[in-house]
Amino acid sequence: MKCQHCEKPATFHITELTGPEPQEVHLCEDHAQIFLAMPSVEADEGDPSAASDLSEDESEGEKTAAGGAVSGTAGGAGKQKKLAKTAEDLSRVDQRTCPKCGITFHEFRQQGRLGCAHDYDFFQRELEPLLSNIHGEKLHCGKRPRTAGAEALVRAELNRLKEQMREAVDKEQYELASQLRDQIRKMDKDGANS
Amino acid sequence: MKLDALARGCGEWLRGTGPDSDIVVSSRIRLARNLAEFPFIRRCSEAQRRAIARLVRDRVAELDEWSETEYFDIPGLGDIDRQLLVERQLISRELSKADGPRAVVVEPQETFSLMVNEEDHLRLQVMHSGFDLEPAWRQINHLDDLLEERLPYAFHEQLGYLTACPTNVGTGLRVSVMFHLPGLVLSREIDKVFRGLQKMHLAVRGLYGEGSQALGDFYQISNQLTLGKTEEQLIARVAEIVPQLLEYERKARQTLLEHSHKELHDRVSRALGILRTAKTISSEETLLLLSSVRLGINLKLISGIDIATVNRLFLQTQPAHLQKIRGRELDTAARNEERAIFLQKHLPAS
Repeated sequence: MKCQHCEKPATFHITELTGPEPQEVHLCEDHAQIFLAMPSVEADEGDPSAASDLSEDESEGEKTAAGGAVSGTAGGAGKQKKLAKTAEDLSRVDQRTCPKCGITFHEFRQQGRLGCAHDYDFFQRELEPLLSNIHGEKLHCGKRPRTAGAEALVRAELNRLKEQMREAVDKEQYELASQLRDQIRKMDKDGANS
Repeated sequence: MKLDALARGCGEWLRGTGPDSDIVVSSRIRLARNLAEFPFIRRCSEAQRRAIARLVRDRVAELDEWSETEYFDIPGLGDIDRQLLVERQLISRELSKADGPRAVVVEPQETFSLMVNEEDHLRLQVMHSGFDLEPAWRQINHLDDLLEERLPYAFHEQLGYLTACPTNVGTGLRVSVMFHLPGLVLSREIDKVFRGLQKMHLAVRGLYGEGSQALGDFYQISNQLTLGKTEEQLIARVAEIVPQLLEYERKARQTLLEHSHKELHDRVSRALGILRTAKTISSEETLLLLSSVRLGINLKLISGIDIATVNRLFLQTQPAHLQKIRGRELDTAARNEERAIFLQKHLPAS
């Protein structure tokens, strides 16, 4: 079976329970990552049942996921209200359109591919949780175009220091973290003065 | 460089030399890049795609180091030629099947190729025989520098190189190592090993990438994450599992030799027997049997055939190669007969 959004074979078979009827979705690895990493408004509010449950069916070597913004058995007026709000928020987000390439967020969700470089800025708020889910990171630390000049190098160094600071905080190495913070502030200030 | 000549030789990745090449077939690195001045492919008009292809062709022509390369316009190629490039791993199945202006630039030794207008504007790849990731990275990094001086890339201060799919953003790097793991397949330990790799955020794919089956016991291991780590760190993460996987495979082979010597010897000898005597044979069966023969040679259960010959046969018995070498289009039944004749000619009984 082919992925619904591209030519690649579908290896993820997901049942979406957000609408009035359960909906079958068949996706390749890339599109499934995007689909499953989509921010759900309920998940943001800290309801663990909102997260998609990805379980591996070992006998077939393929994956089946069931879930979505709300589980099939959950009910109650409060839940219904929340669900309506989720749908409303999602549809508002879906209608946002990049002024440069004309892609809507809905189209991106359907196709799993962005329309232009500007989308990363225009849909920044929507993409940030998705990028964190996929990569577990938010900042690029690797190679930079050499032609972008000295400023790009400073920026790369800053990104690296911020990453180190975050790691230091995670490991409760607060002294190191504060040294790094000072270094970052100094670089930021130097950058502003230059 | 003509595609006919290409079909008669062996791609860099199946040359069968390089460190640990009995198990690690090839090391591949690719970079995804987009040009700053154009929308991503899905939002590009036909005219814009044509402009991208022309721009890349012109800029590449200015590079001394790329002077030997050949530019192939994909829509201008016939089905067999496109399939030939896919079989040699110089282009993806997606590029071969897509619509609109698109191209590939190929270096004659096939150590690198540049796909134009695939999912991203540019997909640069370097492929080396054996376990050779560091030299492969040095090469692709340099090639990327040369392109970047002439083709301004879409780059974001926080997010790095911007790609059409957010799963590639940051470094745009995919590093893949292709293994031949018949020992782990025969001893049924392969699934256990792969579950462990998936927990480490490494992807396991078959011979021709995502969704393809592990034909001939070939598997590709690659990184899934591309953001928040340097290229060197991402490469090191894949490289560090190689010695472990080598050890598992060698141990599995040793155990098979010790505990099932007769069965193993029988299996590889039968495989060679069928390849030498069949009158009609499919490409799937050929891959399966060649895999056993390759294992047999490496374990010295078979003599008189070298690994390079077997590697070459893996490639040349595939449908497009066979038709290219025969010089005409063949239906499945005719291909299966031609394949059997071809195998007998290249695997003579000693």
